[in-house]
Amino acid sequence: MGIPHLPRRSFLTAVSAGAVLITAAPMLAACGGDDSGSGGKVTIEWMNIATTEPSQSLYPKIVKAFEAQNPNVTVKTTNLENEAFKSKMTALVASGDLPDIYVTWGGGVLKQQIDAGLVKDITSDGSKVLGTMTDVSKKPYQFDGKTYAVPYDMGMVGFWYNKKHFEKAGIDGPPKTWAEFMDAVRKLKDAGVTPIALGGKDKWPGHYYWSYLAMRIGGMQAMEQAAQSNDFSGAPFVQAGEKLKELSDLQPFQQGFQNAGYDTPGGQAATMGAGKAAMELMGQWAPAVQVDASGNELGDDLGWFPFPTVEGGPGAVTDVFGGGNGFAVSKDAPKEALDFLTFFMNEANEREQVTSGASMPVVKGAESALDDPNRKMVAEALNTSAGFQLYLDQAFPPAVGQEVNDSVASLIAGKKSAQEVTQAVTKVAKSQ
Amino acid sequence: MTLSATTDDRPRHAARAPRERGPKASAGTRLRGWLASTWFLVPALLLFLCFVLTPILVAFFTSFFKWGGFGFPDDFVGLDNFRGLAGDEVFRGDLWRGFLLVVLTLVLQLPLALATAVLLNQRMRGRAVYRAIFFAPFILSEVIAGVLFGIIFLPGNGLADTLVEDLPLLGGLAGKWFSDPDTALPTLIAVMTWKYFGFHMMIYLAGLQGIPKEVLEAASIDGAGAWRRFRSVTLPLLAPTLRISVFLSVIGTIQLFDLVWVTTTGGPTHATETMAVTMYEFGFKRYQMGYASAISVAMFVISMVFSLLYQRYALSRDLQGAVTSAGGRR
Repeated sequence: MGIPHLPRRSFLTAVSAGAVLITAAPMLAACGGDDSGSGGKVTIEWMNIATTEPSQSLYPKIVKAFEAQNPNVTVKTTNLENEAFKSKMTALVASGDLPDIYVTWGGGVLKQQIDAGLVKDITSDGSKVLGTMTDVSKKPYQFDGKTYAVPYDMGMVGFWYNKKHFEKAGIDGPPKTWAEFMDAVRKLKDAGVTPIALGGKDKWPGHYYWSYLAMRIGGMQAMEQAAQSNDFSGAPFVQAGEKLKELSDLQPFQQGFQNAGYDTPGGQAATMGAGKAAMELMGQWAPAVQVDASGNELGDDLGWFPFPTVEGGPGAVTDVFGGGNGFAVSKDAPKEALDFLTFFMNEANEREQVTSGASMPVVKGAESALDDPNRKMVAEALNTSAGFQLYLDQAFPPAVGQEVNDSVASLIAGKKSAQEVTQAVTKVAKSQ
Repeated sequence: MTLSATTDDRPRHAARAPRERGPKASAGTRLRGWLASTWFLVPALLLFLCFVLTPILVAFFTSFFKWGGFGFPDDFVGLDNFRGLAGDEVFRGDLWRGFLLVVLTLVLQLPLALATAVLLNQRMRGRAVYRAIFFAPFILSEVIAGVLFGIIFLPGNGLADTLVEDLPLLGGLAGKWFSDPDTALPTLIAVMTWKYFGFHMMIYLAGLQGIPKEVLEAASIDGAGAWRRFRSVTLPLLAPTLRISVFLSVIGTIQLFDLVWVTTTGGPTHATETMAVTMYEFGFKRYQMGYASAISVAMFVISMVFSLLYQRYALSRDLQGAVTSAGGRR
């Protein structure tokens, strides 16, 4: 009996050894890097978020044209949905292996990547393409006088309003001051219209109110000071909270706004698009999302006005709050990456991106290609802007931005006071 | 154990019966046995090391650093992250909400599951259909269930609002559900009950099936009524199943994430936030990986302490030979 066991056992041993190898090999391989060699040919990895029309079909067209001109270059595009992109970037940044070109919104997130030594300074290499662009569109990507990304879209936040509802409530013309705005909200409520659509679940739409109010009350100076000293406990920020509290005390938001998303069914954009609310404070993309989320086009009923000024505050109506999209180039990207971006943003391509509605103009003079009156207004407001403030949840390190969003959401819900908001934000900012 | 069964030359009771063959041969076989078992264990061990043990150790390690997730953590802060946790209102709220969820799961979901199981254990028409229907929610993925209930509880024109609108008592709920901090947690518990009670019902059904009919019949003959039979026969005999189900339920509730994330992302104003949601917020939205690690360590410790205590005191009879049973082997 002893003899036949041995071969069987050695057979089993061999099988299990094989199993070990099969299990271990991919695990070991996964731990190492996977660098593929290249011979003369260059591949550019492009990580993008163009999952909707018109960019979804426009961008591949531009890529094909570029590849035709540069036969030795292949552009490998990866398109991810917004949130998926953010998650993916988290993993990529942690691994230190970024794609050659990737989407960035600038600010604190980009700064973190720069500090980690992952992003290329393109101030001089990219001067040719950057020179054609408006100053305001480059601001989110500039740190210490250096530019780290090529902008391709730029916009700002303002009030999108339903002219029909304003008429019904007897409001003549968009409000210019905060008092007028509050008055308009009351009138709308009296007329039985939900004054404001807000996506409370996503939190960031709420932070627009607080940030804009602080900008209007304290002016650009207050914003810069806060950014430098990491101290948000100053009077403008407290007053901004108090003013926002006054607004939310009027209960101007749609029913159940606290668990409404921005672009989800029944969310902020859908409510606005379906004509169930009179206003929303949102960026330049708002009209497209309204149509997408509600299946209804407001058309000529949709109007736009900049955030009203606050009486006595130094902030001007020309101080804009917004941000854009840009393409950052990673540290080890081939030089062809920048060539591609230069091509991507050349006059013809920029014109097509603007006219198709894929993005707002960033190249000087490209706004002439706009024909939609609302988008034109936004572009003009941007071009004539005096001060610029990037979205707070982008401008500051993520922890600070999220705390702003979170605390302001609690303020709107009546769970935090204006002081508690500034204290919470300052505490996180100081600890960064 | 299984290996020794294949080698006939090894004496059954090595301790009592003195070895008859030469110690050399025996040692050689034993070594080969060890080698073979090692080879069999290596794949599982490697996977366990790489994907379970290492992450746990790394999380413990990073929880002592202020670390944003970039590069190697080098800003050692000692127990600061844990001190931060102790003072964090949201985290303390998580603990309270976690406790509430566990308790409510135990007093609502499990009794409901038990009642349904007892009911469906009886002979009745279409019993298989009922079983399938009650079990179905558990098969649905958490995300799909979350999205579905998001639509059902949509304020204004969601199904739930339309249903309760005209009811006298529940009418006030319309437009609230997940949107109001006061009603969000109860709504979540309702969804959780719907989602998971079928699973526990299935476990109980399996347990009920294992109860011998003779015992119940004997009790009947002795004059025990239905309640008495349930109280004195079914329940004690079902106890091991109940203990396991409580265990699974508590551990699952402590780690609850996906359902919450999809329906409310922890809101409004943290009303439905759990430890796992807070951990995600800090790790992947705020990039405070060190702090997030501290939360995960806290979760680990809470689950671990509960499991060990529960195994030691509640499951000791069911888990003979486990690490926590005091007597060791047999």
